[in-house]
Amino acid sequence: MRRYVVGRLLLMIPTLVGVAILTFVIMRAVPGDIVALQYAGSTVPQSVIDEQRHILGLDKPMWNQFTDWMGQIAHGDLGQSLWTGHPVVEEIQIRLPLSIELAILATLFAVAIAVPLGVLAAVRQDSWVDYVIRVFSIGGLSMPSFWIGLLMVLFTITVFNWAPPLIFTPITEDPAANLAGLILPAIAVGYRYSAVSMRMTRSTVLEVLREDYVRTARAKGVRESVVVMRHALRNALLPVVTVISLEFAFLIGGLVVTEQVFNLNGIGKLLVDAVAHRDYTMIQSLVLLLAAVFVLVNFAVDMVYMFLDPRIRYA
Amino acid sequence: MAASADVIARKRYLESTGSRRFVRFWGDFVRRRPLGTAGAALILVMIAAAALADVIAPYDPVKINFADLLQGPSSRHLLGTDPFGRDVFSRLVFGARTALLVGFVSSLVGCTVGLVLGVISAYFGGRVDTLIQRLMDVLLSFPLIVIAIAVVAALGTGQGLIGNVIAAITVPIIPRVARVVRSSALSVVRMPYIEATRSVGAGAVRIMFRHVAPNVFAPYLIMMTAFLGQAILLEASLSFLGLGVFEPTPSWGLMLRGAGMQFLEQAPWLAVAPGVAISMAVFGFNLFGDSLRDALDPRLRTG
Repeated sequence: MRRYVVGRLLLMIPTLVGVAILTFVIMRAVPGDIVALQYAGSTVPQSVIDEQRHILGLDKPMWNQFTDWMGQIAHGDLGQSLWTGHPVVEEIQIRLPLSIELAILATLFAVAIAVPLGVLAAVRQDSWVDYVIRVFSIGGLSMPSFWIGLLMVLFTITVFNWAPPLIFTPITEDPAANLAGLILPAIAVGYRYSAVSMRMTRSTVLEVLREDYVRTARAKGVRESVVVMRHALRNALLPVVTVISLEFAFLIGGLVVTEQVFNLNGIGKLLVDAVAHRDYTMIQSLVLLLAAVFVLVNFAVDMVYMFLDPRIRYA
Repeated sequence: MAASADVIARKRYLESTGSRRFVRFWGDFVRRRPLGTAGAALILVMIAAAALADVIAPYDPVKINFADLLQGPSSRHLLGTDPFGRDVFSRLVFGARTALLVGFVSSLVGCTVGLVLGVISAYFGGRVDTLIQRLMDVLLSFPLIVIAIAVVAALGTGQGLIGNVIAAITVPIIPRVARVVRSSALSVVRMPYIEATRSVGAGAVRIMFRHVAPNVFAPYLIMMTAFLGQAILLEASLSFLGLGVFEPTPSWGLMLRGAGMQFLEQAPWLAVAPGVAISMAVFGFNLFGDSLRDALDPRLRTG
């Protein structure tokens, strides 16, 4: 058991190093660096540009740049943003609460509709209820969440004459204003992500309902609602928990487009801006951070699995 | 009930051969899977729109007309016009071409590369397997959109660079397919007939692509339909961000980007129409893919 945990933790290192190398190489392959972008169109002498590159360390050989960066990371230092000059950690700290809060709200919304509807679809398999729920969930997978967002804004403007505030308020200052800004994006994103968990819930519940112990429970006269809630759902939820957790990890950095629609200054926007500015340190740190979150959540899910289901034993 | 119908359909399907088998399969599909058939119909509508765009579209999709700026839907302009006076309906029809081109090429290439990697991984096992799987893990630990943005940034965007958009959408598809194919292929490579083929002296390449690959064709086909929809969605998202297809090429995501956002209140049709088109197209592929999965391989779960 301990060997397994340590092994899994050690395996994260090559994955993350791989992510680091890949981002590093991809970004250097992009034509134009930050200095070229900053002085684009101006008539600054080449010497100034060269000096600027020297200050930022961009004139060093690629290999040195990479080892320097890895060395920094090993010391727990993510470096400074090339664009703003502020420490990367600070820039991320400003955006992270928003992204995490949005991810939590979206996940809560997704779970709140996915689990009940998934169970209902499974219990009423092949009836019209099942069909409606399936169409609803495939619809969630089909509509771009930024478009749902646009439509919701359009709807609230025309019907209630209300639009979400343009400025984000931290939850510590004014919870109501905070919620007003995040509720629409959370629903737009949550609907899409509920579709995946809803389908997962449906198929696992269907599978569990065919198990022998469900038949036993029914045979001894347990009410159907108790069979579904206590015997089937409990056992069916494990894979659903996996799907939901992995989605949560993706939501933190993956809401690039939705953030754009709702004018939210989150991690996704930070990443897109950093790519546009060729802000190497920022991109590398962000991608590494997102990958680390994903890998850690993946690991945590496996651990929780083992805890929830004593039959699972990893060797 | 449903299970026995499946068994009968399967038996009838296996007993027939050649073109009759093909007709049987789709006959059963249409009869027993109304949702999938509806999806197929949506796909056919989209293909027809793309193929006959020149005939269907009443106006030139890129022609700017300053006399008709931001007109509402009317008999002259079915879905109104955009801030350049271009006919929204015509742009939608031509947009089907862009969406299908990007969706089809990227999911075909992505799924095929994923298939090859998955089969190689399962056949050789050991170090080759570990190497490929670690590489796929790396690709999988990026959010889909993030890796697409990175590829677009690396290759550059601009007018006429639609190939780069396709590449950006292809890359994130590969690891997802490779993983599923690998797990299906793992059970195939242990089959006795593979051992038999090897014992008569067939080479690794021949075994992998003549004997293993055809047996993982069902998940390949299913994933290809599913990813076609996702690719269309991803193209729309990238274009919406300004990292995909460029003006004046008609693209649904692009139509939502500029005018759709800016004139949301004055001209809601600009935001509604392309969104409906995207949703219907992806909806069609998803419905069809889902039913195809049920029909081809009821045990397979792709989540």
